Amino acid sequence: MQKNEVKKPNESMLSRMVRHQMFIPVLALVILAVFNLIADPAFFKITVGQNSSGNMVLQGFLISILNDGSELAILAIGMTLVTAASGGQDISVGAAVAIAGSVLLRILGGGNSRPEELAAPIIVAFLVSCLVAMLFGAFNGVLVAYFKIQPMIATLILYTAGRSIAAWINNNELPVITDPSLGYYGGFIPGVPIPTPFFIAAICVAIIFLVLKFTNLGLYTQSVGINENSAKLNGLNPQVIKVITYVIMGLCVAVVGLIKVSRISTINYSTIAKDIEMDAILAVALGGNALSGGKFNMAASIFGAYVIQFLTSTLYKFKVSSDALPAYKAVVVIVLVVISAPTVKEWFGNVTKKFKVKEVA
Amino acid sequence: MKDNIVLQMKNIHKSFPGVRALQGVDFTLRKGEVHALMGENGAGKSTLIKVLTGVYSKDEGDIFLDGKEGPVAIHSPQDAQKIGISTVYQEITLCPNLSVAENMFIGRTSGIGQNWRKMNSDTEKILKSLDIPATATQQLETCSLAVQQMIAIARAVDMDCKVLILDEPTSSLDEQEVEKLFKLMRDLRSKGVGIVFVTHFLDQVYEICDRITVMRDGQLVGEFEIEKLPRVQLVSKMLGKELDDMSDIKGEQKAYERKAGSVPVLEAQGRVSDAGIKPFDFHIDKGEVNGFTGLLGSGRSECVRALFAADRVTGGTIKMNGKPVKISKPLDAMKNGIAYLPEDRKGDGIVGDLSVRENIILAQQVLKGFFKPFSKAKQYEIADEYIKLLSIKTASADTPIKSLSGGNQQKVILARWLFTHPEYLILDEPTRGIDVGTKVDIQKLVLKLASEGMSVTFISSELDEMLRTCSRLVVMRDRKVVGELSGDDLNQSKVMSTIAGGDK
Amino acid sequence: MLKKKVAMLLAAAMVAATVVGCGGGDDAKTDAPADDAKTEAPADDAADDAADAPADDAADDAADAPADDAADDAKTEAPAADGELIKVGIINNDPNESGYRTANDKDLQEMFCEANGYEADFQYSKKNDEQITFAQNMLTKGIDYLLISAADTAGWDGVLQDAQAAGTEVILFDRVIDADESLYAASIVSDMEKEGQTAVDWLAGQGLDEYNIIHIQGQMGTAAQQGRTKALDEKVAAEDNWKLVVQQTGDWNADNAKQVVQSVIDSGEKFNVIYAENDDMAKGAVAALDAANISHGVDKDVIVMGFDCNKWALEELLAGNWNYDGQCNPFQASYIDEVIKSLEAGEEIAEKTIIMDEKGFDAKEITQEDVDNYGI
Repeated sequence: MQKNEVKKPNESMLSRMVRHQMFIPVLALVILAVFNLIADPAFFKITVGQNSSGNMVLQGFLISILNDGSELAILAIGMTLVTAASGGQDISVGAAVAIAGSVLLRILGGGNSRPEELAAPIIVAFLVSCLVAMLFGAFNGVLVAYFKIQPMIATLILYTAGRSIAAWINNNELPVITDPSLGYYGGFIPGVPIPTPFFIAAICVAIIFLVLKFTNLGLYTQSVGINENSAKLNGLNPQVIKVITYVIMGLCVAVVGLIKVSRISTINYSTIAKDIEMDAILAVALGGNALSGGKFNMAASIFGAYVIQFLTSTLYKFKVSSDALPAYKAVVVIVLVVISAPTVKEWFGNVTKKFKVKEVA
Repeated sequence: MKDNIVLQMKNIHKSFPGVRALQGVDFTLRKGEVHALMGENGAGKSTLIKVLTGVYSKDEGDIFLDGKEGPVAIHSPQDAQKIGISTVYQEITLCPNLSVAENMFIGRTSGIGQNWRKMNSDTEKILKSLDIPATATQQLETCSLAVQQMIAIARAVDMDCKVLILDEPTSSLDEQEVEKLFKLMRDLRSKGVGIVFVTHFLDQVYEICDRITVMRDGQLVGEFEIEKLPRVQLVSKMLGKELDDMSDIKGEQKAYERKAGSVPVLEAQGRVSDAGIKPFDFHIDKGEVNGFTGLLGSGRSECVRALFAADRVTGGTIKMNGKPVKISKPLDAMKNGIAYLPEDRKGDGIVGDLSVRENIILAQQVLKGFFKPFSKAKQYEIADEYIKLLSIKTASADTPIKSLSGGNQQKVILARWLFTHPEYLILDEPTRGIDVGTKVDIQKLVLKLASEGMSVTFISSELDEMLRTCSRLVVMRDRKVVGELSGDDLNQSKVMSTIAGGDK
Repeated sequence: MLKKKVAMLLAAAMVAATVVGCGGGDDAKTDAPADDAKTEAPADDAADDAADAPADDAADDAADAPADDAADDAKTEAPAADGELIKVGIINNDPNESGYRTANDKDLQEMFCEANGYEADFQYSKKNDEQITFAQNMLTKGIDYLLISAADTAGWDGVLQDAQAAGTEVILFDRVIDADESLYAASIVSDMEKEGQTAVDWLAGQGLDEYNIIHIQGQMGTAAQQGRTKALDEKVAAEDNWKLVVQQTGDWNADNAKQVVQSVIDSGEKFNVIYAENDDMAKGAVAALDAANISHGVDKDVIVMGFDCNKWALEELLAGNWNYDGQCNPFQASYIDEVIKSLEAGEEIAEKTIIMDEKGFDAKEITQEDVDNYGI
């Protein structure tokens, strides 16, 4: 997917690099890494320690970033596909995570808010929450594809109502699961030193790359996103394909719901995965993908997700004051977004080209 | 300025990057006449109108207006309106949720105050004087399309316009509505308004117009009084073919003869779609090349789109090789071995940001199925094969198709459909907007494919291309099939007279 | 494209303003009686005052006892002198907003029912203008009392004047509004600053040699955050051995809190207190401690403090995993009931602003009974 650059012989290596889609996120990551390295070399230290249940686990900033960035990376997968096919974004993701998490807890607790033991195996609860999240995804998808509602408007419905639905699923109770096995998914599996969310994210990433390789998902979604008429005349059904991307988004949401709920063994409907949709959209944009849809680069989106988590962790690490935190993040985001804008990229490319010419002369 | 001339455009030039859209065009409009502006695609009529209304600025030339000293300067649509040039477009540009009166006066009042009573009574007066069946306080969207169109005209007229441009006003109207509109136009004519009428409907031109200006390829062909220009002459002038030019182009294609008892590859009966064509019958045999011909807007594209189910099909049956099949969406057509290269290359054909390779494999990939993608290696093999076969000029198979030239884009789309190995190939304007060399390549390819047994339907606005390649022509006028020509009938004059219809 | 992105950021900013933590009422700045600050065993003050009733109500939460004793109490005296039902209109925030709100709504629902002599009309919205519309509709229909937990402090003057004109008494609960005192009968609120002060005093009472505190704040700008932060800020400024290792917002969110604490752990800095401004964030912080095997709770390395008294949080106290939890009392119904009875009896309300009793629980002293009574 990354090989689409036209290789013009007179184009310098530098300007080719600058134009590459991964350039911005990689650059951002390098800057953040260098900044941290200078400020505190211990940033990159990884140690092995024990956690409270007696497991030997890896610890350190990098591990925390990989751990905490998992949810975002998984959502970036779905968001990338939704953006590509429908030319818009799903802003109901956070609310949908609340629903998926709520369903999970409802099944695990069996309607009892403080169950002594699990009412159903976790896998069953997870599958049911997948199903529910995919249904809600399909609901969004149908609004977008068949009723031709702008994605942000269509998903606004669930965005507004989702957290109340989540609360309603559990009768406004906040179930607390004490069984330690639920904690594995957001923490560590006994005997494994790497945080489980990282594994889950890695599995999701692996699955999506296999799917992109062994099916036509990429070709179909991009075709629909770039030119719907043309896609239709080539035998595709744009509506169905759009709905499929929203259903996949739902699946990602359910996985994230499992991780989120597992991290704290309970749920808070109003704060779980709050504003995560904005970070997921940002990950897609940071990966250099057009938010107007069409061509996408999945690797860049996922990479973008970790860059955002890297940024968040860096801000925490430097103890940026609470009042200023959003402002810092906004500034960094604006800079990133501006330099990844096509016009700026073009200008950047031209400058490096000139630079090269001078060098030759 | 000569008496009763209201508008004169002299030696207008306008170029766009790579295109000389207007080359020294003159146009004269007199008081109290309906003047048809005719021309096929790319003739330059819409450019001329946009220059006149200030949407484009001209490169060269002058515009004179009755009552104004010297050439007038028109830099924006507002300028045009101020000096009395109004335009009514095919799509209504009024506000459907406002009242008729509000629509009549919107943007015309100075200051903040608005005398609503006066506005309504003025509107009533205008409506009455023009005999428009609407009331001032009625909400616009409750009026029929024709009435809305008439209100748009009334608004233009009330703004004291001397020149009224009607750009395809009749396209979405039914016959009675067209009649009402014409009555209004006649009224205005008798009041001395000069009307420029742009339309694709020949019958309408001969019903209402006094004079015709014909354009072709950005140049003026001539200005004619309607009585002195029989239909067939008009068609020949629009197409740029002299009627007495009897040295008919008859290319390699042999006269087509139907073998007795042979079953057509495709046979359609009463096929009709929601795109506004009348039901039509059609068939094509193995190895045959035929075509739909007619002026722009005659419905030739809509017919082939109906065959491929590119528009929503509303009726009719299709048999493939004698067997009835259901074709209600493009995928059905593709599965039955039909391929369709659409007229609008940019809007319906290419998938711009995708590579040449992906564009080539797209259709066959869809046919093959979601779970069976071609391997990367296979994709490159296929792409390279077709790039070579059709000599597509591209930097590599990974180049985005949008960065190719028009002709090469068209070849990629052609490659896409050839790769599906269709039994029946529909080419809708494959040669439009591409260089001469590529045009010839494509024509040759069509004949070669036919000789290998493929059935091809070929549509082109260039009649000689059609005559050179097709052995049978279905002729269309005003969205209806009006004739079918083959054998000896297949010559320019016969085609043009069939297109023109009527007895003039 | 850029435009779209900017629009999105704006949208994100707007969204940030929606979720409110416990209470959220502004300006509840009445001076708190100082002697109240020390944590008492809750049993002590369960005597005869009004604070007793909410405890009973809370007990009903646990699926065991039906709502009879509270109801019985009320039944005997509630139906007004003439035996008719008292009509009340209740405007509250969205009960799904938080556990606090859910408990608050449940408490009100149980109090204002026919069995207690009330005919109640409940309306919910987290939007101020919708709430105002509800209020006006209620006034049009005619009610005796209008109870409001306003989403926003401004814009209520018209409603209050209409109410006065219609002879309807207004009682504000949980949140105050910007209006003249003469326009309402009473306002029943929590004092967030007192909650913070109680917690800080308790912490000071632990007698540590030095206090290295991770302070996780609520959503910035909310009344709960401001009140709970103030006391700690003052103490840290005043004492040399009190130090904030980090002061960062967790937006009431467990996950954010976990990341904040994780970051301190990763950097290897020493700390021995976690002061989280709600239970969720305390829970998130504890998750980070567990992952790094840092012991916490009674007589352990790190003191964990939370707020809101969620039942699960009090259970953590009971188990000795946390050290302190501050109450944010959602049980206003009995106070309101009291006020209404006084008004019905023709008595004057002495103090318009009524501050509810709010406790702080120490893990060493908490009992199962407290968990059942005060957990929400």
